[in-house]
Amino acid sequence: MLRDLFTNVKKQQAIMPNAKSKSDVPEGIMTKCPECKHVEPTKELGKLLKVCPKCDFHFKMTAQERIDSLMDEGTFVSMDDHLATENPLEFPAYTAKVKKDAEKTGLNEAVLTGTGKIDGNEVAIAVMDAHFRMGSMGSVVGEKITRAVEKATELGIPMLIFSASGGARMQEGVLSLMQMAKTSVALNRHSENGLLYISIMTYPTTGGVSASFASVGDINLAEPKALIGFAGRRVIEQTVREKLPEDFQTAEFLLAHGQLDAVVHRVDLQDMLSRIIRLHTKGEAAQ
Amino acid sequence: MKKTMSFEEPIIKLREKIQELKEFTETNEVDLSDEIRNLNDRLIKLENDIYGNMETWERVQVARHPERPTTYDYIGELFEDFIELHGDRAFGDDAAIVGGIGSFDGEPVTIIGHQRGKDTKENVKRTFGMPHPEGYRKALRLMKQAEKFGRPIICMIDTKGAYPGRAAEERGQSEAIARNLVEMASLTVPVISIVIGEGGSGGALALGVANRIYMLEHSTYSVISPEGAASILWKDSAYSKEAAEAMKITAPDLLKMDIIDEIIPEVLGGGHRDPKQQAKNMRTVLTNALSELSKLDADGLVQDRYDKFRKIGVFSE
Repeated sequence: MLRDLFTNVKKQQAIMPNAKSKSDVPEGIMTKCPECKHVEPTKELGKLLKVCPKCDFHFKMTAQERIDSLMDEGTFVSMDDHLATENPLEFPAYTAKVKKDAEKTGLNEAVLTGTGKIDGNEVAIAVMDAHFRMGSMGSVVGEKITRAVEKATELGIPMLIFSASGGARMQEGVLSLMQMAKTSVALNRHSENGLLYISIMTYPTTGGVSASFASVGDINLAEPKALIGFAGRRVIEQTVREKLPEDFQTAEFLLAHGQLDAVVHRVDLQDMLSRIIRLHTKGEAAQ
Repeated sequence: MKKTMSFEEPIIKLREKIQELKEFTETNEVDLSDEIRNLNDRLIKLENDIYGNMETWERVQVARHPERPTTYDYIGELFEDFIELHGDRAFGDDAAIVGGIGSFDGEPVTIIGHQRGKDTKENVKRTFGMPHPEGYRKALRLMKQAEKFGRPIICMIDTKGAYPGRAAEERGQSEAIARNLVEMASLTVPVISIVIGEGGSGGALALGVANRIYMLEHSTYSVISPEGAASILWKDSAYSKEAAEAMKITAPDLLKMDIIDEIIPEVLGGGHRDPKQQAKNMRTVLTNALSELSKLDADGLVQDRYDKFRKIGVFSE
C-alpha cells in the first residue's frame, strides 16, 4: 500500500514536468529561421508546427510538442517516467549532465513514451527528444522504448517511433550498444504478431539509432531535410577522401536510394499516419 | 618472428639473452646450463607476470595483433568439409564477411564471420574487415538458409565496425545492420557468437544477436573504438588508452556486466602464439554450448534469445 502511494506520487510528478517544459525553454519573442533568415514571431511559429512559413525549414520539436501536434487532445498517457539513469561506467560528470537535461526538458530521459489516440485510433508511441543529451540512447532510453513496444504488442495496437538521436550514448559504453539489440528483439516479436510499426525519422537520426529500430519500420517515413545516416559525414570524408554531395544523408537522399517509403511534410504527418493506421485495420479501411 | 608489442619487450629481451647464452655454450666449451635454467625459470615467471596481468590497452594491442588468428584460421581448425558460400543475391559479394557450411563434430553447421586481411593487399580487398551492407545481407541470407535446414549458426565477430563510406550509406548500411538485429531475434536454430578480435559497434552486433555470446580472453567489445571515444569525449584521439580503460571493453568487463556468457581462455600472450591450441579452447566451449542449446525447441531458442537481451541495461526504478 505504501508502495502504491509511492507510484502515484511519481505519476503526478511525471505530468508536471511536461507542463513545465513549455515555459522553461528560454525562447525569445521572435525566432529566426537558420535556413532563409526569415523572422517569425515564436508564438506564430508554434501554431505552424515549427515549420518556417517562407522556406519550409522544419525546426526541431520537443517530445511534448510532437505529442501535442499529433495525438487527440487529452488521450496521451505517458509511461515509465520514473525510470532513472545510473552511471554504470562511472563516467565523470555524467550524472550531473543527465540531471541538467532532465531539468531543462522536463523529461526523465531522451524519450517520451506512452499510449494515446491519433484520429481516434489507439497507438503506442515513443518520441525521442534531441534536446536531451542529443537524443542519445542509453539503458533508460532502450528500456522505455522496449516497454512501449511490449505494451503495443500486448494491446495489439500499432507502434510509432519518432527518432531524433545522435546514436548510442557513449557514457554507458557497450550497455548502450546492447539497447540496439534489446529494442530489436521486442520489435521482432511485435512484427511476428502481425502488428504494425511505423518509423518516423526526424532531425537527426544517426548512428546506433539509425542502425536499429529507426530503419526497420513496416513503413519508414521521414521529415523533409532530416539528417539520417549511419556514419558521420566527417568520418566518411576522412575515410574516402571524396567530396560528398550536398544532400548526402538527407531524407531526400535516402528516398532516392530506396531507404524510405516517403518524405512527409510536418503539416501532412498526422493525416498520413491516420491513413496508414486505418489501412491496417481490417474491415475499417473504408470508414 | 612475431611482431612484438611494446609491453612484451622485457620478455623478448630475456628470450634473446637466453638464446645468446645457448649459442655461446655451443661455440665455446663452457657449461652455462645452470644459468640458462635460472633464466628460463625467470622467463616463465616474467611471462606469467606480464601476460597474466594485461591492462586494457595491452589487450587492445593483442586483439589488433596483425598475426592474430582470423575467422578463416579458426574455420580451418574447427570445421570439416567447409564450403564457402558467396554473395547477397542483390548487389555483390563482400569479402569483409565470409560464410559457408561445414561440419562440427560430424554435425552440419553454418559459419559466418568478419574477415580481416593479413597483409595490406588482402586488407584492401576485405576493407580491413569492415563490411558494407551486402556483407550483412549475405550473412542474413546464410542464416535464413541455416534455419531452413535446421543447422546451428556459429558467428565470429572481428571488426572495427561497419565501413564508413559513401557507397555503404547509399546502399543502406543502417538498414542492413538493423535488419540483422531484428531477423536474428526470431531464428529458430541455435545461434552462437564468439568475439575473436575487436567487436566494434553496430557492425559487430549485426552478427551478435545470439543465444550464447563468448569472448576470447583478450578480445574487446565496445560501442565505439577507443580512438573514436577519445575524440568525442576528450576531443583528442591521443587519449585512446584512457578511453579504452573508461569504456570497459574487455572480456572480464563484459562478463561482469552480464552481457557475455563466458570468457574463452587464450594461449599465454595471445591466440597468435599458438592458433591450434587456441582453436582447441574454442572447441570445448562450442561443444558444450551446442549440446546445451540442442535441448531447446524452436520456440525455446527464440524465447532464450529474447530473455538474454531483454534484461541488458542498468537503471533504477
